[in-house]
Amino acid sequence: MADKIATREAYGNALAELGEKYDIVVLDADLAEATKTLTFKKKFPDRFFDCGIAEGNMMGVAAGIAATGKTVFASSFAMFAAGRAFEQVRNVIGYPHLNVKIGATHAGISVGEDGATHQCNEDIALMRTIPGMTIINPADGTEARAAVEAAINHDGPVYMRFGRYAVPYLYGDDYQFELGKGITLAEGNDVTIVATGLMVHIALEAKELLAKEGISAEVINIHTIKPIDTELLAKSASKTGAVVTAEEHNIVGGLGGAVCEALASVCPVPVLRVGVEDVYGRSGKVPALLEAYGLTAENIAAKAKAAIALKK
Amino acid sequence: MEQTKLAMLTEKAREIRIGAIEAVYSASSGHPGGSLSISDILAYLYFAEMNVDPADPKKADRDRFVLSKGHTAPALYATLAANGYFDKSNLKTLRQVDSFLQGHPDMKHTPGVDMSSGSLGLGISAAAGMALSAKISGDAYRVYTIVGDGESEEGQVWEAAMFSAHYKLDNLCAFIDWNGLQIDGKVTDVMNPTPLDEKFKAFGWNVVVIDAHDFDQIEAACEAARACKGKPTAVICKSVKGKGVSFMENQVGWHGKAPNKEQYETAIAELSASV
Repeated sequence: MADKIATREAYGNALAELGEKYDIVVLDADLAEATKTLTFKKKFPDRFFDCGIAEGNMMGVAAGIAATGKTVFASSFAMFAAGRAFEQVRNVIGYPHLNVKIGATHAGISVGEDGATHQCNEDIALMRTIPGMTIINPADGTEARAAVEAAINHDGPVYMRFGRYAVPYLYGDDYQFELGKGITLAEGNDVTIVATGLMVHIALEAKELLAKEGISAEVINIHTIKPIDTELLAKSASKTGAVVTAEEHNIVGGLGGAVCEALASVCPVPVLRVGVEDVYGRSGKVPALLEAYGLTAENIAAKAKAAIALKK
Repeated sequence: MEQTKLAMLTEKAREIRIGAIEAVYSASSGHPGGSLSISDILAYLYFAEMNVDPADPKKADRDRFVLSKGHTAPALYATLAANGYFDKSNLKTLRQVDSFLQGHPDMKHTPGVDMSSGSLGLGISAAAGMALSAKISGDAYRVYTIVGDGESEEGQVWEAAMFSAHYKLDNLCAFIDWNGLQIDGKVTDVMNPTPLDEKFKAFGWNVVVIDAHDFDQIEAACEAARACKGKPTAVICKSVKGKGVSFMENQVGWHGKAPNKEQYETAIAELSASV
């Protein structure tokens, strides 16, 4: 196994694998090559339907298919799945709570060279506002595969967020995915780093940086952003007294927002947010973009120290 | 059409219109104009065309119906009540806080409603998805939808039109309610979508143009739709907004307004008397 894989690729592989076990239908909007649903299409051409460049209609079609009792995946880039088709997702998928699983790839600024129009840093925020929507943002290929199967077995709409950029494997074959449950990857006492998606492995690097300075950081992977694991967050926050969130998304309304909302009512502690700071992205190589937008281990470590300083 | 069938459908359409007006009057809000323009089509679909069973609203092989122009839910609810999906007395709860009869169709709470709809342009896509689903699993059921003429200004209607022709959804039949009026005025003045027949033809559909208030023509259109292989069918229905209530007919002001007590009584009297 390669040591890295883009979660979009793991998504395509998972669809092709799970298509054997489950009678799923897959839709795409002229991006099968990029979203990797092509992997499923090649194996199950009779259960794959290209909707062309018409994401709004695709979501409506997905709703119709789901309303007849089938489980259907609808894929596009996050910008179009959550952005362009927001209202369709809200009204004919979310409102009737249908079994549509949205596989949104190319999320966040790690889209890279295509730039701001295609770098969706808002999708988690948008999807979080839809009642009953489950949101999963896997951190690696193993988790992405597990998320797809969990989505199939979940009754109701699911938004899955996948990236274009290859990320290291964090989990092995023994990994157990539990929808709605965060995972403590490292225990610590001074500060809690809550990360999601591509930022999880970077958070683990930040923990190492902090350790060199004698700071003990707890690292939690939140793969399910909605419903969020408030219990785990509160338990960790009450122990460490300071939290940093890390996400490849606008710091408004995403993981950072969700963690603040969760902790404010049960365990209010200082929370500092690492993410895209309410600005648009731009073209560039992914490492350069991560650096430019502060999505780095160094920035997480700096924010961790600042959060610790805010403790009462 | 046989006289007994025609008489039955006429009576059902009358019942639907009266039920829709009673519902809108009770709610003090809602959309009477477009409800009255589609009442004959609904009567034909539910009492002469579709394979449905009010005792088993979710039976797997039923034909599906999606009211893409979901704001005319009062007519759909009156149709379902007339068919026995629920008691007619519920129509008076339309739009009330504890009612299962929402302002726009809600598939989760109303027996007989196959798809939540009302945000314009979405219903026809969902209908296309249902029709595709039947093709995928080799099911024989058919899918019917009613789209508004103003609704056809939504780009998604044409995305769905392209999709349905591309996948040869000949089990899909879309009625386009051409009553000619939308909220801001005449459809042709607000944003002219004509010629709708030529547009649907150009998108690869089988197209039939009928008088929406003539049951023989509705029957012929449904037969033509069933006979057509390899293409979805669009039935362009020339209708009268407010049909059956003299002061509502062709009046744009009755798109989304409830009658007062006097108007209500006049409307019910006219509908009860009309043959």
